[in-house]
Order: sequence, then C-alpha cells, then structure tokens
Amino acid sequence: MFSGLMLNTWIAATIVAVIAGVMGFFAVLRGQSFAAHAIPNGAFAGAAGAGLLGLNVIWGLAVFAVGGALGIGALGRRARQDVATALMLVLMLGIGALFVSFSTEYAEVTYSLLFGEVYGVGSNVLLPIAALGAVSVAVIAVMFRPLLLASALPEIADARGVSTRRMELCFLIVMALATSMTVPVVGALLMFALMIGPAAAARSFTKRPGHAIALAVGIALATVWIGIAVSYHTNWPLGFFVGVIAAGFFLLGQGWAAIRRHWSAPRPASALGSATA
Amino acid sequence: MGHFFSYIVEPGLLSSGPVLTALLVGTVVAVTSGVVGVLTVIRGQSFAGHSLADVATTGGAGAFLVGLNQFWGFLLAGVAGAAIMELIGVQRRRGRDVATGVVLGAALGSAALFLYLGTQTSSTTGASFTILFGSMFVISPDTVPALIASGVVALAVIAVLSRVLLLTSLSAELAAARGVPVRAVGIAYLVALAVAVSLSAVVIGAVLSTALLIGPAATSLRLAKRPSLAMLASALIGTAATWLGILLAYDSYYWPPHGHGWPVSFFVVALVVVGYLLSYVRRPSRDRRVPVAAQAQEEEGACSPA
Repeated sequence: MFSGLMLNTWIAATIVAVIAGVMGFFAVLRGQSFAAHAIPNGAFAGAAGAGLLGLNVIWGLAVFAVGGALGIGALGRRARQDVATALMLVLMLGIGALFVSFSTEYAEVTYSLLFGEVYGVGSNVLLPIAALGAVSVAVIAVMFRPLLLASALPEIADARGVSTRRMELCFLIVMALATSMTVPVVGALLMFALMIGPAAAARSFTKRPGHAIALAVGIALATVWIGIAVSYHTNWPLGFFVGVIAAGFFLLGQGWAAIRRHWSAPRPASALGSATA
Repeated sequence: MGHFFSYIVEPGLLSSGPVLTALLVGTVVAVTSGVVGVLTVIRGQSFAGHSLADVATTGGAGAFLVGLNQFWGFLLAGVAGAAIMELIGVQRRRGRDVATGVVLGAALGSAALFLYLGTQTSSTTGASFTILFGSMFVISPDTVPALIASGVVALAVIAVLSRVLLLTSLSAELAAARGVPVRAVGIAYLVALAVAVSLSAVVIGAVLSTALLIGPAATSLRLAKRPSLAMLASALIGTAATWLGILLAYDSYYWPPHGHGWPVSFFVVALVVVGYLLSYVRRPSRDRRVPVAAQAQEEEGACSPA
C-alpha cells in the first residue's frame, strides 16, 4: 500500500489536499462554489483539445482554466456572477464536446479527466505539481490580508482602497492555475468536492480565518488519506469516497454548529434560578 | 428558391425519424427550460440549476446500473437532490451556495462509483460520455410521452405559482408579511426546477441542460422587463437555438473532418452564448445610459486608492 507507484499517489494526493484546503477556504468564504466547480470542470475541455493537437495536457488545462477565470471575471462585471459562471462553464464544455467527438479514444480519456487517474501518477508529474502548488499557496499567502478583507467585507475593502474586483480576478486566476495541475491527478469533479466540503466543515468549527484554513487543510488531508486507504482495499474509485467523506465532514460540522447554538442559547430564567439556588 | 432552401436544409432532414424525435423533444425541453430558467436567473439559483442536472445524471447512471428505465432514475435523483439541498441549505444565499456544492460533490462521487461499477458489469465505456453529454439522436421514441408529461407538470407548477414566486424572489420579507408561505413556495419551485432539469438532462445531457436553462433566460431578461414577456422570449430563443443546432449538426456531416458529424451540444451552446453576447451590443436605450454612466463613474472612484 505504500510502495512504488502507490507512494507517488500518496504524495500527489497530499499536495492536492493542501492546495484544495487553502483555495477552498476562500471559495466558501466568497460564496464562489460555482466558480470552484466551473473552472476545473471547464478546463477539462482544454485537455481534450490539447490531446487533439498532440500537446501536453497541462497546457490545454492551463489555457482553458485561465481563460475561463478571465471570462467569468469579464462577464461577471456586466451580469450576475452565477449567470456569467454558468455561461462560461457551458461554453467551455460545449467546445470540449466538440474536441472529444473529433478524437478517437474519447471514452477512457473523458472518464480519467473527469474522475482522476490517481493510481497512475508518474514521478515526472510530482515536481510540476509541487512547484505550481507552492506558487499558488505563496500567492494566496502574499495577498492574504487584502483578499480576506475583500472576501469578508467587500464594502470596507473598497473604502480602504482595496479593489475587490482585482482581488476577485487574482483569486480566480490562482484557482485556475492550481486547478490545471490538479485535474490530471484527482480529476475535475473531485477537485471540487475536495475544495468545498472540508472548507465548509472547517468554518462551522472555528470562526478565526487562520484556524479555519489549517482545519480545512487537515480535513482535506484526512478525506484524501482515508479515501485512498479504503479505495485501495475495495478497488472502488477514489472519487466516490472523497465525495462521500467530504460530505460527511460537512454534516459533522453542521451538527457541531447546531449543538453549539443550542448550548450557547440563553437558558430560561427558571433553569438559571435553580442552578444558583 | 426551392433549390436554395434545399441547400440549407439538407434533403432528408425532415424525413429522418431520429431527427424528427430530436426536434420534438428538443422543443419540449427548450420551452420548459426557458420558462423555468427565467425564474432561476431572477432568483440567482443558476448553481442549483446546474447541480441538479449533474445530480440527475448520477441517478441516470444508477438506474443504468440496476437496469431501471433511465428516465425515472434522472427524475428521482433530481427531485431527491432538490429536497436534500433545501433540507441542509441555510436560508441565506451564501449558505445555499455551500449546501448546493456539498450535494453536488457527493453526487459526483457517486456518479464515479456507478459508472465504474457499470463498466465492470457491462463493459460499455462509452456510457460516461453519453450520460454526461447526452445525445439527442438516440432518444427512444417510447420515452417521449413521459418526457412531455413531466415538462407539462413543471410548467403547470410554475404557472400556478408564478405571481407568488416572483414576489418571494424580489422580496421575501414582503411576501412573508402578506402571508405567503415563503419556504413552501421555495420548495415547490425547486421541485419544478428539478423536474425541468432532469427532463432536459436525460434528453440532451447535463451540459446542454444548463445552457438552455440559463442562456435564453439571461438573454431575454436583458431584452424584456416584464417577467411573462421574458418567459415567452426565453422559450422562443431556446427553441430557435435548439432547432438551428440540430440543423447545423445534421449539415455538419459534410464538413471536415469528412464523414463525421459535429455534436449537437456544441452548436446549441455556441448559439445560446452568442445570443447572450449579442444582447449587449444592441443600441442602448436613453433611460439606461445615464445610470450606467453614473455607475461606472462611481465604481471608478471606489477602485482608485484612497
């Protein structure tokens, strides 16, 4: 379970989980789950295009992911963001359908790009993944404070001279870069599950941003590690376990928040009286 | 003239059974999606609309696995997904976003499992492509009555609730003050959305389903201000895009690469997006110009560093 190719799988999945935790925190805070779904999913079309031209898949993914991010940012200025995201997503997927129909080996390629090929990670992929991942996390760290302000309190950020629009574009582009290298490993659909579930769960356990990011990364790591272990033994796809475990953590967080609300609610006066008596 | 017409519409287009079925079913889907889509865009629930298509697709994959009729798998999963989203969805818009995302993530994971198990048992690797992207030309004619019936149900729910829905969409507080059960209306709408979306996902795939739900509605809302007019325009735009898409896909058998048609979904999506972008280049009317200019100025001021 820890030898040879499996070791690569563990390393790649760990890197991906760290990135997903960090990016996911901001995606959830900003209410941009849809963009977090649309960018990796639409980038898949680029991979199909690159395959058609005989290029490296990473280039196709990067071009389409960044293009999608720019498109969402540009269209989102003139229209509602969810509409802009939906239209960019379908446009990219429509082009993807065209590319896929031209290629001859569509079925396996489609499946592996959507659901990931985590058990076939070669050593030559690990370095680019680690490098791009480090860049993404570093960029987020550099713009951490303005991004946090622009995400949580956009009006105050504008008043303080932080351009919320520029922050949004930066964030979407970093997400696109992070996506383009994680999609071949975990697949477009799972990257999304790994971003949203753990981050949303972390936010119901703690309100402090630093703690929430650390917790999101921790939960994402736990999700992936448990997923790989179970998937290795059952032979079922990793995607299923990641999706279900992430949702499980989210429900756990919701339950915890409900219990806390219940306990911190003001007690009735009679209960207080009997307690002091 | 007749010669010119037959040059655009390939001879044999209207005598081909699959094409006629595709035209009929595509129209039903475009009209239903167009009408429901206007409310979806007004309510800001595009993400839910797209997610329900994917959730319904998971149901289709599950039904494929156990040998049920795929249509019922789509419908059941879509409605169940809507119910779960509503159940765990916090009322605020941001909470709804996350609830939708978590349901979508779990559904996609399950789709991965169903497709995997499906390929284990029947070795049809093409299933994942067909289920995700759909194919209008392979609809079996015996599911058509069920498709039309569920489209009518979704439209009926919207028709009965449209006034109340618009009120709750524009101001939930005002609606609640008037005694409207806001939550129940929201659930009814979400179920109608689920029916409409699973209907279109089974026929044209999850991708195209979102395109026809959001694209025509967003375009028509830019052209028409009255919701009823916007619904009509949206249904017409969707139908036009679908017909034109089918026509172009049929013609594309004669385009390069030779002997290979281009997918319908590509054409319909491209037409829908182009239509939306065209709605921006129309001549700006006088009453709009002033607010837009003022807004631009205001935003420019806000963005420059203090």
